[in-house]
Amino acid sequence: MSASSTAEAPFVPKTKVGSFTNFVDERVGGSGILREFGRKVFPDHWSFMFGEVALYSFVILLMSGTFLTFFFDPSMAETHYQGSYTPLYNVEMSVAYNSSLNISFDVRGGLFMRQVHHWAALLFVASLGVHMLRVFFTGAFRKPREMNWVVGGVLLILAMAAGFTGYSLPDDLLSGNGLRIIDGVIKSIPVIGTYISFFLFGGEFPGTAIIGRLYVLHILLVPALILLMIVIHLFMVVVHKHTQYPGPGRNDGNVVGYPLGPVYAAKAGGFFFIVFGVLALMAAAFTINPIWNYGPYDPSPVSAGTQPDWYIGFVDGALRLMPGVVNNFHFEWIVFGHTLTLNVLLPALVPAGIIFTVLFTYPWIERWVTKDNREHHVLDRPRNAPTRTAIGVAGFTWYCVMWAAAGSDLIATHFHVSLNDVTYWLRTLFFIGPIIAFIVTKRIALALQRKDREIALHGRETGRIVRLPHGEFIEVHAPLDEYKRYKLVGFESPAPLPAQPNEHGVVTRKEKRRAALSKWFFEDRVAPATPAELEAAHAHGHHEAITSGEDQKSLSH
Amino acid sequence: MGNHSDGSPNHSGTVATAGQNEVEKFQDPGLPPHRLRLADTDPVAAKRAERQVAILFGTSVIGTLVFLVAYFAIDLGDDTTIATIRTQNLLLGLGTAFAMLGIGTGIVHWAKALMPDHEVSEERHAIRTEEDRQAAVRIVDDIVEETGIKRRPLIRNTLLGAVALAPLPALAIFGDLGPRPDKALAHTMWAPDGDKLKRLTRDPDGTPIKASDVTIGSAFHVIPEGLNELHEGKLNEKAKAVVLLMRLDPNSLNPSKGRENWSYNGIVAYSKICTHVGCPVALYEQQTHHLLCPCHQSTFDLTQECKVIFGPASRPLPQLPIAVDAEGYLVATSDFREPVGPSYWERDEHERLINS
Amino acid sequence: MKALSQKRRHPLAAIALLLMGLLLTGGLYAVATTVNQAKADTTSYSASDVEEGGKLFAANCATCHGMGASGTNDGPSLVGVGAAAVDFQVGTGRMPMQMSGPQAQKKPAQFNEEQTKQLAAYVASLGAGPAIPEEKLLDGKGDAAKGGELFRVNCAMCHNAAAAGGALTRGKFAPGLAGVTEAHIYEAMATGPQNMPVFNDSNITPEDKRDIITFLKTIEANGSPGGAELGSLGPVSEGLFVWVAGLGVIIAFTIWLTSRTS
Repeated sequence: MSASSTAEAPFVPKTKVGSFTNFVDERVGGSGILREFGRKVFPDHWSFMFGEVALYSFVILLMSGTFLTFFFDPSMAETHYQGSYTPLYNVEMSVAYNSSLNISFDVRGGLFMRQVHHWAALLFVASLGVHMLRVFFTGAFRKPREMNWVVGGVLLILAMAAGFTGYSLPDDLLSGNGLRIIDGVIKSIPVIGTYISFFLFGGEFPGTAIIGRLYVLHILLVPALILLMIVIHLFMVVVHKHTQYPGPGRNDGNVVGYPLGPVYAAKAGGFFFIVFGVLALMAAAFTINPIWNYGPYDPSPVSAGTQPDWYIGFVDGALRLMPGVVNNFHFEWIVFGHTLTLNVLLPALVPAGIIFTVLFTYPWIERWVTKDNREHHVLDRPRNAPTRTAIGVAGFTWYCVMWAAAGSDLIATHFHVSLNDVTYWLRTLFFIGPIIAFIVTKRIALALQRKDREIALHGRETGRIVRLPHGEFIEVHAPLDEYKRYKLVGFESPAPLPAQPNEHGVVTRKEKRRAALSKWFFEDRVAPATPAELEAAHAHGHHEAITSGEDQKSLSH
Repeated sequence: MGNHSDGSPNHSGTVATAGQNEVEKFQDPGLPPHRLRLADTDPVAAKRAERQVAILFGTSVIGTLVFLVAYFAIDLGDDTTIATIRTQNLLLGLGTAFAMLGIGTGIVHWAKALMPDHEVSEERHAIRTEEDRQAAVRIVDDIVEETGIKRRPLIRNTLLGAVALAPLPALAIFGDLGPRPDKALAHTMWAPDGDKLKRLTRDPDGTPIKASDVTIGSAFHVIPEGLNELHEGKLNEKAKAVVLLMRLDPNSLNPSKGRENWSYNGIVAYSKICTHVGCPVALYEQQTHHLLCPCHQSTFDLTQECKVIFGPASRPLPQLPIAVDAEGYLVATSDFREPVGPSYWERDEHERLINS
Repeated sequence: MKALSQKRRHPLAAIALLLMGLLLTGGLYAVATTVNQAKADTTSYSASDVEEGGKLFAANCATCHGMGASGTNDGPSLVGVGAAAVDFQVGTGRMPMQMSGPQAQKKPAQFNEEQTKQLAAYVASLGAGPAIPEEKLLDGKGDAAKGGELFRVNCAMCHNAAAAGGALTRGKFAPGLAGVTEAHIYEAMATGPQNMPVFNDSNITPEDKRDIITFLKTIEANGSPGGAELGSLGPVSEGLFVWVAGLGVIIAFTIWLTSRTS
C-alpha cells in the first residue's frame, strides 16, 4: 500500500495533527489498518453487549486491582491488628488480613477500590455467563465460530479461577473456610489427592504458603492467560465479523449495522464509562465482602451462611445435595486398603465435568447431528431452534438447582421452611428439573413459532372488535408490512435427516444413532409460512376486505 | 473492499436479495426504508440534543469535583468513625459514578441523536480462498522438504525423544512445593506427652476446664493444652485438634463396645472438623442432640456416637476419649483413635496404623 | 394451649426427662462448685411478687408446664431454670407459645414488665437458677475485640459472624441479634433457650458475656462502612444483587444504547 502511495506526489500534511499521524503512518502503516477497520460494520442489538460488559469489567478489574496490589501484603505471618477498626483491635491475625483491613479503613478510597474490584469481579463472571447463554441460544457457536466458543468457555473457567484465587486472598474467616473446603475436595482425589494438597499448601492445611501462592496466580498468571484469551477471542471476532439477527436485508453473505466510526465506536466507547459508572454506584452504596465482620482466619470458628462467591456456588450446592449415606449405603468405600470418598468426589467433579464437557463439545455434537457444514452468520431466534433452546434451558435449570442448593440454608430461613425439606426438594429437582424444563421450553418455543406463523399469515391482532352487518362479531387483524413479515418467515426449519449409507452403501450403526438424534432434534417442527399459504389465507372467505372504510384491514377470526 | 457504505440514505435499501426458491419461500424485501429522526429534520431538536449532551458532560465534571473534594476534605485519622468512612466511600463512589456515567451517557446520546444512523450493509468474504490454501500447502511442503526431516529419521526421532524428555525438569523443579505427605494427618496434638495427659482447654483462652463446669446442655469449644504456646504451626495443629465438648444425660448416650469409658458422667468430646470436607461442625442443638455443619448441612447425632443422620458426610465424627485428672480437670486419655477431618486416600491405612 | 399437636409431645417429653436429669445428677454439681454457683437472689423479689407470679403462672402457664411448674407432656419442668429464663422467654414473647412448631417464635410480649417480674419471682422461688443479670454487665462498655473473638468461636456458627442469624435442622433457626436487648442476650447465653446450648458462667464468664454484648452493640451501632449491608448474609445476597440489580441496570442501559432515537 505504501508503495503505491509513494509512486504519486508525496503527501504533505496540512495540520499539526495531520503531520503527527503522518509521522506514525509512515513508520507503522496505520492507514491500511484504518482503511480496513475504520468503517467496519457492527450489528446493533442489546443482547450483543454482554461480551463488552465482560471486557470492560475486566479492564476495571485490572485498574482497581493494580491499586490494591500497592497496599496488599500477601504474608501469612502473625501480627496484631493496630488499625482503626475497634472491634478487631489487638486481635491476632495474618499480615494479609491486616493489610486488607488497612486498605478498608486506613487508606483513603481503599474501601471504594476493594468494593469496585469485587463487584466488578462478580459482574465479570456474570456477564461472561450471560454472553455465553446468548451465543448458545442464538446458535452463534455454529461454523465458523466453534473455536471461538471454546475460547469463550476457557475464559469462563479462567474467570472462575481468577475469582476464586482473589476471594481467598484477604485471609478472613469466610475465605479460609472456603479454602478448607477446597482442601477437603482435593484430598478426596484418589491416589494423588493428599500429595496435591500438601504441594498446594506447602504442607498441612492451612500452612503459611497458600496466600502468597494464590496471590501470584491471581495477579500474574491467571490475568495474563485471560488477556491472551481475550486477544485470541477478539482476533477471531474480527476475522469472522459479527453475527446478526435475522431480518429483512440480512443474510449469511452480509453484515448489516453501524460503521465502527463514528457511531459504533462512540456507543462502545461510551458504554465502557457506563459500565464503570454502574460499578462505581454499586461500590458507593452497597457493601460487598465485609471482611471486618468475618474476623481473621482461625480453623476453629465458622459463620452461618458460609458460601463461596456465586460462580463457585453450583459446585458448593452439588456438595450439599449429595447424600453421604442412603439407607445404610455409604458412599465412602475402602478399596484395597485405601479410602475412596465418593460422597465428595462425585458432586465436586461430575456435575461441573458434565456441564463443561457438553459446553465445549456442543457445536460438534450439533454439527454431527445436522450434518450442516455451512457457515452461519445469521442467528437463530431461540424459538426457531426449539430443541437446542430446550437443551440450553434444561442445562441452565440443572445449574440453577445446584446454585440454589448453595443457598439452601438461606432459602430455609427466609421462606420459613425446613432446611432438610429444601434439600429433599432440590435433590428431586436435580433429577427431574431439567426434564421438566426441556419439555416446557420446547412446547413454549413451538407455540411461539405457531404464533409467529399465525401473525405472518393473518396479521396482527388489533384488539378492535367489529360487528358485521349480519350480526357476527370479529376482531380486526392488521396485516404486516413485508419487512415485519419477513422477520417472522425468514428462517430455516430443518427436517429430520434420515440415516444415509456411506460410500460402501452401508448404513453404519453410528449413522443410525445420528439419524435417531436428528429425528429427536427436528421431528417437532413448525415450518415457516410460505407465500402460497399467505395467498390461501387471503383467499379464505373470512378475509374479504370490508369495503366501507376498512379496505386496508384483513379480517379473520 | 466490499460494500462499504458512505452512509448516504439512498444507499441502504440496495442490498441484493439472494436468489431463493420463489414458490417455497418469501423473498427478502431488503433493508426497510430509513426513517429520519427528529433531530435530522428539526434544527431545534438537534440543538436541544446538543445541549443535553453538553449537560451530561458537565455532570461528569461535577462528579470528578465531588470525588476530589471527598478525597481531600475527609481525612482518615486515628479517631475516624465508621460513619466517616461510609460517607467518604459514598461520596467517592457517587463522584466516580457521575464522572463516568456523564461521559458515557453523553457520548452515547451524541451518537444516537446526532451522528448518522443509517444502517449499512457490508459483504462478508470467505475466510480462506482455495488459492490461499493451495499456496499454503505448497509452502509447508517446501519447508518440510528443505529440512529433510522425512529423509533423515535419525534426526527426527532423536529430536522427538529430546523434546519429550525436556519438560521433565520443569515438572521436577516443583517437587519442593511442599513436603511429602507423611503420617502427620494421622496424629493430633491430643496425643499424651509422655505420661502427661493433655488437658482440655477453652478456645481461645486456653484455660483448663473442670468436669463440674460442664453442666447439662452446655457446649464448650475446646483446644488442647499448650496450643496457644506453640510458636510454629499453631494453626496447622488447631486445624486438626479442635473439639466440641458437650454434656448430656448419661442415659441418652449409647456407647458402643470399647467406648464405654470414653466419656465422663455424660460429658463427651467430639472432633469439630467435619468428616465431609473439613468445616467446623459447631452447631449444637442441645435438645435434639444434633450437631450441624453450617457449610454443607451434614447432621450428626450425639446419642448415636455422632452417626451421620443427614447431609453429605459419610463417616461419624471422631470421638476424643476423655477422663478427669486428680485436680478435677478434663483430660484426653489418648489421641483420636482415627484420623480427623475429611477423608483422603491414605486414611484407612492411617487408621489401621493408629489402632495397631 | 390444648391445641398443641401430638408431634410436640415427643421432644418435650425428652426435655422434661433431661431437666429431671439436671435436677437429679447435674444439680449436685451446680450446688457443689463455686464457679457455677447459682446466684438466684430471690431476696430481691418480695413475697407478694412470688404470690402474684404464682397466680399468673397457674392461669397462663400451668396448662403445659403443670401446677407447681413440675412439667407435663406438653411442657418441661421449670424448677431450677431461674428468673433469667423466665425474663427471656416471657420478655421476648416466646412464651406463652402461640402454636406448636419447630421452635417458639419471638412475638410481642404477652405480659407487661411487672407481670414478667412476678412470673420470674415465682419460678425463681421454685429452685436455684440463673438470675436476671446486673445492670453493670449490660452497659456495653466491655472489650469489643475480645467479645468479637468469643462471639466468633461460640456463637457465629449459628447466629452468623455479623449476627444476622442462620438455619438449624428441620425448620429451626438461630435468630438475628440486631435489636435484641442486652439483658435478653445475656439471659439467652446463661439459660440456653430452646436448642441453644447453655453458656454457663464457668464457660463464658459474666465479664466475657459483657464483652460479647459490647461487640454486638458496637457492630450494630457502627453499621457497615461500605454502604447498605444486603442483610449481612454473605456471598449469596451479593450474587443475587449483582444478577438482579447490577445486570438489570446494565441491561437497561444496553437497551437504551441500541434503541433508535425518535
